[in-house]
Amino acid sequence: MSGINYKEVLLKPIFKGNPVTVLVLGICSSLAVTVQLKGAFVMALSVIIVTGLSSFVVSIIRNSIPNRIRIIVQLVVVALMVILVDQVLKAYAYSISKTLSVYVGLIITNCIVMGRIEAYALGNKPIPSLLDGLANGAGYGLILIVLAFFRELLGSGTLFGYRIIPQSFYDAGYMDNGLVILPPMALILLGLIVWIQRSFQKDLQEK
Amino acid sequence: MTGMNTNGNTYTVVYSTVLVILVAAILAFVAMSLQDKQNENIKVETITKVLSAAAQADESVTVDETTDVLDMYTKNIVEAFYVDGNGEVAGEMNMGKDNPKNIQVPSTADLKKQNDILKKIDGSKDESEKAELLKTLSLPVFVFDINGKKVTVIPCYGAGLWGPIWGYVALAEDGKTIDGAIFDHKGETPGLGAKIAEAPFYTSFKGKAFGTGEKVFAVEKGKHDDDPTCVDAISGATITSQALGRGINMWAKYYQPYLRTMAAAEADAEMSAAPADSTSASIPSESNEPVK
Repeated sequence: MSGINYKEVLLKPIFKGNPVTVLVLGICSSLAVTVQLKGAFVMALSVIIVTGLSSFVVSIIRNSIPNRIRIIVQLVVVALMVILVDQVLKAYAYSISKTLSVYVGLIITNCIVMGRIEAYALGNKPIPSLLDGLANGAGYGLILIVLAFFRELLGSGTLFGYRIIPQSFYDAGYMDNGLVILPPMALILLGLIVWIQRSFQKDLQEK
Repeated sequence: MTGMNTNGNTYTVVYSTVLVILVAAILAFVAMSLQDKQNENIKVETITKVLSAAAQADESVTVDETTDVLDMYTKNIVEAFYVDGNGEVAGEMNMGKDNPKNIQVPSTADLKKQNDILKKIDGSKDESEKAELLKTLSLPVFVFDINGKKVTVIPCYGAGLWGPIWGYVALAEDGKTIDGAIFDHKGETPGLGAKIAEAPFYTSFKGKAFGTGEKVFAVEKGKHDDDPTCVDAISGATITSQALGRGINMWAKYYQPYLRTMAAAEADAEMSAAPADSTSASIPSESNEPVK
């Protein structure tokens, strides 16, 4: 197990192997929670914590897990982390947890979490697994924040709730784009991000 | 774990049992230690709702994220109590004048409990049973002083499409005219039923009024410029809208005994304030006419 390239573990999921734009996982929630930066930020943080800790815990117990109930055990671990995050949010960030509504709970079904546990944590030591989980969560979070940045700026004229587009623009006839608030436009924006990434990374292009 | 058969039945059963018990213990511990904090959040949210319903009575008063709601609540609240179905006061709520932490507001579970009694009364055919149940009601009433204007806030509750919906309606001194309203829901469809909690819908309540008899208020589709006891429903959210209408109607109906006593007392107070003036005495009787 020696010779793990930590840089690769940490950086690959964020750019070259981004779970959202390359593996196309976790699309549903990235469309749902990116209307406002604040929500996207908290969601990103929650997913980073869940992917990191789940991978870490599963990796610790990986040799003791009975193979036949492997998926169920992973699910229990992931569910535990998600409920913990949900409970903490409800206690310390109530208004945000209300805007995120069911999507925090739905991190359980986020394919990135289970995907990384199956693909990485089951065969690697705890520390690399933790890093892999964190990095994949961060890759997902990065896309979330990029999407939310454009959606909040173009859709509401604000960032983190602060007005960015000045009132004089509105007086001059500028209008917020209502379409950007809706999920279809988020999908189109996401498509644009994938397009941009693929035009730089030729090896991702299918022949 | 070398040498141990991790695929045997016994091992699998014991493993999963231990794992689940361990996880359950962790969750129970965390849930219990965060419970107080979470309940506090929910309470502040309810206070915010009640307050923002009342604040709509005066356009210069706003309640938003930056407002210190506990402080504003204790400053503006005049009375907070429960009434039964006959309009008699059935208990007090702590208004937090001594310490904002002690503010008492009904939880949605409390509202549900009252709602169940209301439904029982509505469905009951036996008059004596009805009278008995009316006495067991304890419906919350909040009286605010918003810049010198007396505003009475009452809650409502109903079953939406996916879960409970509830809200608070602010009434003017006459106990009929709606000064403001605000609604919330557990999990109505975003973009459809969830719109009951958003601006163009709840602001349409302002200026409307409770009627009398069986139909006190309704939420129905169409424009209702001529009918003060009805607001337009939300397109695509018929079930949520109707449920809200039914909820408001049922709750408002059982608040009528209290609201009428209150309106009468207000009218009396006005009369005794200017007993010599005959015109001022005739105005309340005129405004009482639509009641009959």
